[in-house]
Amino acid sequence: MMRLDFKTARWVHAWLLLLPASVLMVTFTHYPIVSGIFASFFSTPRQGRPSRFVGLDNYAYMANDPVFWQVLKNNFIYAFGTIPVSVCLALLMAVWVNGKLPGRAVVRTAYFTPTILPMIAVANIWLFFYTPQIGILDNLCGLFGIPSHSWLGDPSTVLACLMVLAIWKDAGFFMIFYLAALQGISPELEEAALIEGAGRWYFFRRVTLPLLMPTTLFVLVNSTINSFKLVDHIFILTKGGPDNASSLLLYYIYEVAFGFWDTAYASTLTVVLLLILGALAVTQFNYIEKRVHYQ
Amino acid sequence: MKHGMIKVLFWLALAVCALGGTAAQAAVELNMYYPVAVGGPITKVIDDMIVEFEKANPDIKVKAVYAGNYDDTRVKALAALKASQPVQLSVLFSIDVFELMDQDVLVSFDEVATSAEDKQWLSGFYPALMENSKAKGKIWGVPFQRSTIVMYHNKDAFKEAGLDPNKPPATWEEMVAMSQKLVKKDAAGNVTRWGVQIPSTGYAYWMFQALCIQNGQVLMNLDGNKTNFDHADVVGALQFWRDLAVKHKVMPEGTVDWGTLRQKFLEGATAIMWHTTGNLTAVRDAAKFDFGVSMLPASKRRGSPTGGGNFYLFKKTTPAERMAAMKFIKFMTAPELSARWSIATGYVATSQAAYDTATLKKYVADFPAAAVARDQFPYSVAEFSVHENARVKKLLDDAIQSVLTGGKPPQEALAGAQQQAERVLKDYR
Repeated sequence: MMRLDFKTARWVHAWLLLLPASVLMVTFTHYPIVSGIFASFFSTPRQGRPSRFVGLDNYAYMANDPVFWQVLKNNFIYAFGTIPVSVCLALLMAVWVNGKLPGRAVVRTAYFTPTILPMIAVANIWLFFYTPQIGILDNLCGLFGIPSHSWLGDPSTVLACLMVLAIWKDAGFFMIFYLAALQGISPELEEAALIEGAGRWYFFRRVTLPLLMPTTLFVLVNSTINSFKLVDHIFILTKGGPDNASSLLLYYIYEVAFGFWDTAYASTLTVVLLLILGALAVTQFNYIEKRVHYQ
Repeated sequence: MKHGMIKVLFWLALAVCALGGTAAQAAVELNMYYPVAVGGPITKVIDDMIVEFEKANPDIKVKAVYAGNYDDTRVKALAALKASQPVQLSVLFSIDVFELMDQDVLVSFDEVATSAEDKQWLSGFYPALMENSKAKGKIWGVPFQRSTIVMYHNKDAFKEAGLDPNKPPATWEEMVAMSQKLVKKDAAGNVTRWGVQIPSTGYAYWMFQALCIQNGQVLMNLDGNKTNFDHADVVGALQFWRDLAVKHKVMPEGTVDWGTLRQKFLEGATAIMWHTTGNLTAVRDAAKFDFGVSMLPASKRRGSPTGGGNFYLFKKTTPAERMAAMKFIKFMTAPELSARWSIATGYVATSQAAYDTATLKKYVADFPAAAVARDQFPYSVAEFSVHENARVKKLLDDAIQSVLTGGKPPQEALAGAQQQAERVLKDYR
């Protein structure tokens, strides 16, 4: 067997240890990204017409596709709607259940339960919540004299309905992280603040929040990814309708790729999704990291 | 000594595996996907039928996987085929025939059903149902769970409104007039019961096709490469659908959900509903009131598209698998089983022979509603089916939904859809 000198042997050893993880990374992340970008420059093969190089044609088609712009707009509204609300709600719930509350364990479990339910099952139940006339939401509205409304059938309310469902589902999950972080804050800090005469809100704003920044960063990144990634409820509730009012980018990609089998156009859309998520990741990590205080 | 023992054990284990493998190959294994687009415990019925088949044919094992609705099942089947996973046959949307042909995954039944007995079996199905099974002069699908749209009406609501419960509307004008009487409002003026609801999610194009046929227009040609969405009578049909909500106020505005409409009908939130006959048994089992089923009303003529799924046989199959699959398909579509399937679901039995069985004759005599869909066959037309069907169908669905939610007027929406459909289909002419 070849004898390696000490330095090379260590180097080989290190790469061998990295090998399993890198193989997985390359196979399931880097290779698909590269091949997706590559595929977006070719046409979709159909019977009698094999795939051929078309340059930026797919991108031109995408720029002229009104459904694409609709879907992009929907996704940004959806993201800006769900992210701040999820984060604030999670923080509020965590602060509330952190204190001395009778039945604290029950409340924590209750807040966390939506997370453990599978999204498809949840969506099927919420489909009936939103059903006009016989659904819970309409019945509640009836108590206040508000007339029956087709919540999922009206383009102006359907996206809000999806957002409510997503927030309800995920806020409990983020609450857990905030709860853990809150319990990591030393009580001496609060005692010191009380002695100094700092108000509760002042303490929360100047001490608690900054100390929670690592968690906030984590929650922000996660909820951003979720707002682009979690589209399961669309399959059950609206299938993107009415007239693409509730379609999100990933759902549209699925429709184009597996409904229409237009793989080249789907690759093009995927490149867009990649760019958006990449840009968001870079922004979040660079900008917010500067404001994060690690202990 | 230890090394030697390990060697022996290794070869022994290999031998056992090899023998076990060959033993398992004696039974032919069939994998299939099937959809459920109607209410009721359908998967249980299918499983029971498969158990019966396996008992009668111990050398064939069938693994049937419930794959969601028609679109989901098509996606799953095509994905499995492209990944070279073993799938020998499936129940798929009858209208996906062009898409499946274009993806080159099917083998036509003319190639496989060669004996005289087989040919007689193929010719026993209702011609109305075979329209969506044929393309380029060959038969690609065998009818299994087929339907037409029927009109369900709440007889108690009719009586309450002073209408004859046994005379459902026969024309568009009658439907509007009766629905206006059927609308019930509470003290505050909010509607508690609508007159009629036609679902516009999931399969909006199917319901729309019914309205168009009633107005004298078929939406595509039989070669699947031309559509006529912008014809004046087609626009008129969509205008009528929109008018039901906005002008006549007998239907709620916005889209009506396919999946929850049955429940709304059962809870009395609507007096009339247009829905697939495949929901018949589920409605019958759950209805706490007297209800009737009738053919759809006429405008220029009566009409409904056929609907539902066919058995398809895939190309990547060995001759043994094809024979086994044929046995299974013939079993599932035999008159007696077709009759039982129709009773369990409400789907139309697919051959006259099925309706001639004692089981179904008795059932229809007790429950005439079960024959309505079949009686509508003379007025039925092939369901919307073209090349790149999923894409073109979506263009039509989007146009319909944009009109029903007040986004666009019918002329503009349908002209836009026609233009985009042309761009897709002209390559196939």
